[in-house]
Formats: sequence, structure tokens, C-alpha cells
Amino acid sequence: MTTSTGVEELPIRTGDDVVRVRQLVRARAQEVRLSLVDQTKLVTAASELARNTLVHGGSGTATVETLTRDGRSGIRAVFADEGPGIPDVDQALTPGWTSGSGLGLGLSGARKLVDEFAIDTAVGRGTTVTVVKWTR
Amino acid sequence: MAQADGGRVQALLRSEDKVLRRWVEAAETPLRGRLTTGELERTCSDLLAVLGEAVAGGGLDVTSAAYAGARGFLAELSRDWARRGFSPSETASAVFALKDALFAAADEDGEGGESGGDLATVLESSRWVDALGLVTFESFARAREQVISEQAEQLLELTTPVVKLWEGVVAVPLIGTLDSARTQIVMEKLLQTLVDTGSEHAIIDITGVPAVDTEVAQHLLKTVVAARLMGAECTISGIRPQIAQTIVMLGIEFGDITTKSTLADALLHAMRGTGVEVVRRRTGSR
Repeated sequence: MTTSTGVEELPIRTGDDVVRVRQLVRARAQEVRLSLVDQTKLVTAASELARNTLVHGGSGTATVETLTRDGRSGIRAVFADEGPGIPDVDQALTPGWTSGSGLGLGLSGARKLVDEFAIDTAVGRGTTVTVVKWTR
Repeated sequence: MAQADGGRVQALLRSEDKVLRRWVEAAETPLRGRLTTGELERTCSDLLAVLGEAVAGGGLDVTSAAYAGARGFLAELSRDWARRGFSPSETASAVFALKDALFAAADEDGEGGESGGDLATVLESSRWVDALGLVTFESFARAREQVISEQAEQLLELTTPVVKLWEGVVAVPLIGTLDSARTQIVMEKLLQTLVDTGSEHAIIDITGVPAVDTEVAQHLLKTVVAARLMGAECTISGIRPQIAQTIVMLGIEFGDITTKSTLADALLHAMRGTGVEVVRRRTGSR
């Protein structure tokens, strides 16, 4: 049984919004007492995904909520955009592959930094990436 | 309703002394003596003169060209009062107080006067004064946005000092988020300082950077490469355990760039590089 509380949604339209998302995720991670390392991992993943939403999706939203399951707490962050979508998800998840000018490590790195990672995308429909990080 | 030509308002403004006196009286109350009566009177009188011209030239349409002077005057007034600590409501209230004066004048003229103290006059002058008050509001918002963006820029400059740690060793302690705009400033300042001080070692300390994601890493790498092109050796210090783990998981390669966990280590490394060896003095008594 997973219960969720404190759903908060932020728009991602500018670079400043990415910073705001990062701050919100950090605050939530501290609330559920994620370890410092896990906090940093989740915040970094959120930062990568929020920037992807901005750069590749044009704009979108970030939804952050606190989860509880079997006595453990976690943070779920959902990044949704209505951009062009990802034509080849496997390729996009390959470390070092980039469609822009970045290092090409953002999406693949974000997957490694979190406990649960789901990506829902189709060309022309947009992209939704969901990540969860649980306390140990 | 047809666009008013301002004839009625113009007629009301003609009894300038009376309007001015009433306006100053009405405007004084909300300002609670933070402005001397003389000063307020001068401001109101100047504004009345400008408005008189504007009404004569452009009727009651505040957006018309004839109002350029009046709009400028109101914008200046709004900025000036904002600087003195007046809230935008207080500034606008002072302008709105002109209504009291105009209504009173319309009331007096009511008995057979040329403007006629009817509802149309009241409505017309009320709309006109509202539009004027809004001009002060808008310019207040604009002025504040300008201040905010100026401060953001200043902050950008302030938060990226380049300090000299030792002869030939300069450091940039980075605090907060490293975005493209800041990286540009850091890089420029660092490279310029390298030239100015003839330093051969640069240390970028990221102790104050909360998270290093791929964008930050990319910016750091660019800065290091640029410093190297100028012949300086660049060290990145202040890599905390959680940052190190995150960087590894992201798969970011720092290649042959020297990294240290603390600024002290980086300084020691740089000093050794310049041929300085630090030794502890032996105290004679032990």
C-alpha cells in the first residue's frame, strides 16, 4: 500500500524555475529524512530532468509528493511536458548520447541516481518522467 | 458612450487655485505629514499645469501624444516617491485625491455654471483621474522590476569574487547555483585575474555549490579548459562525499583535471607546484 501526501506542482518555464524545483525537492527530501547522499542524488536527478523538460520539452510542470509504504518514506517527482517527445527512448537513455549540446549524461544519469524510474513518451505527445527515491 | 472631449474637465480645471487648494487638502491626509505642505503644493501645482496643457491638447485620452509630458511627470513622481518609501497605493491615493477637488468644483458650478454639476461631469472626471492614478501604478511596477533585475545582476557580480591566496595562486569560491550566465562571469573574471596577477594556478572551490549536475559539470570543465589555454593549471576543490558519489553515478569524467576535497589541499598542491614547501617550525622546548 502506497499512500501519497502533500502534492505540489510547479511550472517549468525558465531557468529560474529549474532552481525552484530543485529547492522544493531538496526541502521535501530533508522532510522525510533522506540521507545526505540520497538527498544530493535525488536533487541532482530532479535538476537534470527539470532541465530536460525545459530544454527539450519547451516548458512543462514538475509535481512533487511524499510517499509512504510499509513504514518507509519516499519522494516522487513527476516531470511532464507536451513537447516533441522522444523518438528512441533506448538511444536517449544511452550515456553520452545527446540531441543537444550537453554531455548526454542527464537522462541516463538520473535513472541511476533514483530507486524507481519510469518514462512515458511518444512523438508529438510529450514526455513524462517519474522518479522515486526511498529512505533506507 | 462617445469619447469625452474634456470640455467639462477643462472648465473645472480653470478655477485652478480652488482646485489646487482642495487637492492639497485631500492629498495630505493619506500621506500623514511625510511630505511638507509646501512640497506637496508645489508638486500638485506643477502637475495641474502639465495636466491643463494635456487636457487642452488631447482631451481626456491619457494615452494620446499630448499626454506624453504628463505621463512622464507622473512616472517621475512615482519613482521619486517610491524611493522615499511611499507605497504605490499612497502615491496613487494622492493622485486620486484630485477627484475630491474636481467633484467639489463641479458641485459649486452646479447652479448654472458652464460645466454643470451633473452626473456626466463627475463620471468623466472620475474616469480621467483613475487613468492618471494607474499611470503612477504602472511606472511603480516598472521601476521596481528594473531595480530587481539590476540587483540580480549585481548579485551575480558580487557572488563571484576571485581572490588571491598566494603569490601565483588565485581562487574562485563558488556559492549557489552555477548557471550559464554565472559561468560566463566566473570565467571572464578568473581569466582576467590570471592575466592581471600573472598567476599560474587557479583553484575553483565548489564547497558552496549544493548540487553538481551535468550542466554545472560542463560549465566547470569549460572554465578549466579555458584557464589551461592561458597556461594556468586549474584545480577543482571542495568536492564533498555526496557530490563525488553523484558525479560518479552520473558518469561525468573529470579526466586529468586535478581535484581536491578541500580548498586547503588545493592550496598546498598549488604551492608545491610553484616550488613552495610548507614545513612546521620545531618548537625548542619539546
